[in-house]
This record gives sequence, C-alpha cells and structure tokens, in this order.
Amino acid sequence: MEGSPDLPPTDSAEDRAEQAAGKAAGSGSGGVRLEGVTKQFGDFTAVEEMDLDIADGEFFTMLGPSGCGKTTTLRMIAGFEQPTTGKVLIDGSDVAGLPAFKRPTNTVFQSYALFPHMTLEENVGFGLKRKKVPKDEIKKRVAGELERVGLSREAKRKPNQLSGGQQQRVALARALVNLPKVLLLDEPLGALDLKLRKGLQVQLKQIQRDVGITFVYVTHDQEEALTMSDRIAVMNEGRIEQCDDPESVYERPSTTFVAGFIGVSNLLPAVASSSSEIKLDTGPAIATPEASRFGTGERCFAVVRPEKLEIDLEGRGDTSKPGVDGVVETSLYLGTATQMAVRVAEGVSMTVLCPNVSDEERQSLPGAGARVRISWLPEHMHLVAESAGNKATADETPTDNVTQGVN
Amino acid sequence: MRAWRWLRENSILIIGLLAIAYMLVPILVIAVFSFNDPPGRYNFEWAGFTTEYWADAFGIEELTESLLTSIRLAFFTAIGATILGTLLAIALVRYQFFGRRAANLLIVIPMATPEVVIGAALLSFFLTLDVFQLGFTTLLIAHIMFSVSFVVIVVRSRLIGFDRRLEEAAADLGANAFTTFRKVTLPLIAPGVASAAFLSFALSIDDFVISNFNSGSTVTFPLYIFGANQRGIPVQVNVIATMLFAVTIIAMLAVIIQQKRAEKAAAMRPEEVANKPAISIPV
Repeated sequence: MEGSPDLPPTDSAEDRAEQAAGKAAGSGSGGVRLEGVTKQFGDFTAVEEMDLDIADGEFFTMLGPSGCGKTTTLRMIAGFEQPTTGKVLIDGSDVAGLPAFKRPTNTVFQSYALFPHMTLEENVGFGLKRKKVPKDEIKKRVAGELERVGLSREAKRKPNQLSGGQQQRVALARALVNLPKVLLLDEPLGALDLKLRKGLQVQLKQIQRDVGITFVYVTHDQEEALTMSDRIAVMNEGRIEQCDDPESVYERPSTTFVAGFIGVSNLLPAVASSSSEIKLDTGPAIATPEASRFGTGERCFAVVRPEKLEIDLEGRGDTSKPGVDGVVETSLYLGTATQMAVRVAEGVSMTVLCPNVSDEERQSLPGAGARVRISWLPEHMHLVAESAGNKATADETPTDNVTQGVN
Repeated sequence: MRAWRWLRENSILIIGLLAIAYMLVPILVIAVFSFNDPPGRYNFEWAGFTTEYWADAFGIEELTESLLTSIRLAFFTAIGATILGTLLAIALVRYQFFGRRAANLLIVIPMATPEVVIGAALLSFFLTLDVFQLGFTTLLIAHIMFSVSFVVIVVRSRLIGFDRRLEEAAADLGANAFTTFRKVTLPLIAPGVASAAFLSFALSIDDFVISNFNSGSTVTFPLYIFGANQRGIPVQVNVIATMLFAVTIIAMLAVIIQQKRAEKAAAMRPEEVANKPAISIPV
C-alpha cells in the first residue's frame, strides 16, 4: 500500500533506523507542500490561503494558540479533513480526495487514541496487519518498536494498565512502526506533566534524528517548539505569521503576535522618525538601521527580550545605551532568575529577567516601588510591525508571566 | 425499649429486605409449587412434595412445543432487532440527515404506546396487507418491531460515549471503513449490543398482549399458559417457569462477573508500571 515504504524487511529497529536515516539524506521519505489551502467550516475560516513547504526529513512545528488552525492543517495532511480550496502534496503527489487510510502518513493523537480492547502488541501491529505484512515480520517489527520506546515487558498489557507517559510512547510506536513518509503529531505531550514532557521532548527529537522521517508537530507550547524544531510556523487566526528556524523566530520576530507568543516579550510602541531612527512613545529616540523598513512617520513596535535588559536604580548605570525610566511594580523570585515588572508609562510595562548568578547580585536588585532605568544594547532591539490579525493577548498565550507591552 | 432501638438502627435494612421480599416471593411461590403434588387440575394449594413433574418436565407435548416456539421466536427476534437497532442507532448518533431529530423521537413511540393498541393495530395491518398468514412470521415481525426501540436506546447510549478518534486512528493506520467498524467500533460497543440482544430476547419470550393479537394458530409459551389457565394449569408450567428463571439468573450473574473482571483489569495499574523510568533508546 501507499503507506509502506519501499524497504526490504529488516532485522531490527536499529537496522531500520539506519536505512530510514540514509533514506532521508538521499532519496527522501517525503516532504509536504500546501498550496493556497483554505478550510472553512460553515462561515468560519479555520485556515486561510496557506502556503507551506516542509522539507523531507524536517522536524517542522506549527505553533499557535488554540483555534489558530494548526490542528486543522494537520488533519488536512492526514486526510481527516479535505481542504475547501487549495492543494495538499505529500512526497510530491497531490493527495486530494485520498482518504486517510490510503495516505502515507501516520498520526500520534493528542489523546493517544489507543485501542482499549487490544494489547500493546496488537495496537502497534494494527497498521502492519492492514498492509498484509507477513505475520512473523509483524512480530519482529512490533517487538523492535516496543523495545525502542522501552515497553517490551508490557507488550501483553492493555493500554489502560499504563501510565500517561507510557501510553504516549505506545502511540508513537504504533505510528512509527509503519515507517510513514510523514509523521503527524498533534500535541502529543500536551497531557503529560512538565517533567515527563521535558524528558520526552529530548527523546522525540532523538528518535526523529534516528529514523529521519519528516515530523509535522503541532503544539501551543512555545518552549517545546523552540527545543525540538528545525523550523517553526507561528500561526494565528488561520494564517502563518512567521515561518523560520527557532532562533530567528525568537530573536527576530516579524510581528507583534509572534513577539508576544514566543517567550515573554516587551513591546514598546514607537514611530519611525526617519529611515535610521525611531522615537519611542515613552522614551528617547534610538538610532537603528531597521527603521528603514518603515516609512517615516509609520507606527511600529520595538521588541527587547526580558533577559537582554539591564536594570539599574535611577541615576546610575550606563546612560549611553538606549533605555527608558520606570517604577518596579513587582519582583518575583523564579529560582533560576528574578523577574521584575516595570511600569514605564501609563498602560505600558516591561518585564525584566535577571539571572541568579549570585546571592549578592540578587540582593542588590531594586525592590518593588524603586525608580529604575532599563537599558539595552542597540543590537538587542528589534522592530516589528503590528500583526494584521489580533494581537496576542494574555489569555491566548500559554506561558505564565507573559507581560504585554501594549494593552 | 432495646427492641425499638434495634428496629430504628436497622430500619433501612428492614425496609430493604421487605421490598426485596415483595418482589421475589411470587417467584419463590412458583418455584415451590413446581414440587407440589396437586390432586386435581389446579395447582393452587399445597398438597405434598414430589419431584415427579421435574422428572417429567417436558411430558406435555403442547407445552414443550410452545416453549420451543417461544425460544425460536425470541432467538430470531433478538438477531433481527439487534442488527436493525444497532444500525439505526449508528445512523442516529453519527450522521446528520433530514429528519434525524424527528427519528430520535419517533423511535420511542412504540415503547410509550399501550401494547393493546400496538397489538390491535398490527392485527388490522396484517389483515389489510393480506400478505402474511397470521402465525410465526407475523409474530416475528411484531416482536422485532417492538424490540427495536429498546435496542436503539441501549446501543445509542454506548455510541454517544464512544471516542471517535479511535476510528480516526484506525483509518490513519490503513483500515478502511468496514475494517474499522469490524475491528474497532463493533468490539467497543459489543457490551451494549450484547445487552440489547439479551433484552430483546427477554422481551420477546415474555410478550403476551401483542402476540395474542397476531399469533394465528401459533402458540407461544405465554399464550399456552394463558390458555391453560382456563382448563387448569399443569405443574410442568411451574417447572419450566422455574427453569427459565434460573437460566436468566445465571446469565445475569455471568454478565455481572464479567463486568467486574473487566473493571478490575481497567483499574489495575501496578506501581512498578507507573513508576518505571521513561524511555531508554537503544542507539
């Protein structure tokens, strides 16, 4: 069937991994291409005119708040939904009208969707059985896959006898054993606790490197996306706001939405006063070559990440660096760092993150109520245009302590 | 004084026992009287203990025949009603179509309509239609008709709690619609389907009113007893009734034990399983 890659039967999971990895480097297990894809449910447009090119063997993440269309996009690739208009191509061929069971993709569902009436073995072997793979080969591949996820001893158990993390690994094994051209993962770690999630993130990335299969990963957790992905598409209201590698998305967000959704961001409203300078609404004029991207007089926002800010009591510190004055409103001890909210103007506050290097340094930080000056290096400031869609608001961003520069 | 206190402390138990007795004593009487040795044609007064009628349980040909007819009828009713009702339930839960809400309501009408009305209506229907002779076929049609509603309601409740993503997962793994139904949907709704089948079997074997209108010359077990009541009920009726009761009880116990076992398996999550360290990847 379409789902079975042209691999000869192999002896072990490792062999298979090697071959698949070789394949990813060479002939290619399959990329995904969306061309002008729109999906409407009645009056509601879930995905709008989306173009996407996911390379073969890539770990690609679609990141966004709930309702941004990321899961719908995934379901269109899987074949559970058909696009209203536009084309979906998998491994170069148009899959329009091809039902899910004929597509060379496999999915790891958010709720795992393990078959409760089957043992782990039967669950993992389900796909191979549908492809009429010989029985002893099924047995071998299932055993290999269960070993990969460390559940060999539980092979005869039913899913409800496992913990959440174990169930998640079975779901992964059940999909991977079929060696799909593309593996689709719909918030696979969403239901797990933080510690387990962190461990599995690393392992998932490692597995992806081993097997070389294209992973399309959907999540609303920005940290997860940054940790694992080769590239991230940040989505909002059915559109891609930015599609780039993790570092670019974090360091150089292209819209206020991306800046607000990825990490804690400080957005300072400003206006481009010339092609080489902006004027902050709440502070000084700052020279920056990026101003040339905006017409003179055009509104924009200056973004500086909280960890790039320096905070000093008013009147002290390096005044040659750009900065603004404000009042510390709250100071939170986070363990690895201290997070301070500083009000710089009516309705505009900034978050400053100071790493806990030493006790001494931490104790010297200004407390609540102190008048301070926040400054940064010019190269750490980045200009963004306001998002076409809505701005990320606090209730949409999953991270705790997100402080919006603009209210 | 102490007796009063004891009564008060155990009042719930006492009331409960009385209620159970109220429900079970008539059945007990039937069972006890299956060992009676009545002098005349009526088995209403205790006359002495005998196992004679148990030994000769199937001695009355007409009675045995009516029992076999009833079992056959109930068997086919269960099959017909379960298949039809399950498909109906799936359509009602899964698909959006014109008249779905109306259909959901109409499905309970046979349950709410007095049996006499259904029986009489069916009779005039069969007579007007003039295709089937009154007999086993008309009985089967009638029994399937009134059982389907119950099947739909039982299976529907099972389907409403069904996780559709399991079917998507099956499709994702290469199973077409039919395989998905056979391998995933059906096994998971099987408990509901099975109880629906048992229920329609029981409803059929029990039915008197509707059968009485549509049986023609066919005699089911309830019809035989009713007829025999006029002439005098043989003790074998008690014997067979007791047997039926025993079979039902055993079947029910089997279902309960099975369910308990399933629940236990579901609840079992050994510590070592839960606490096992996360993945180790052979690299």
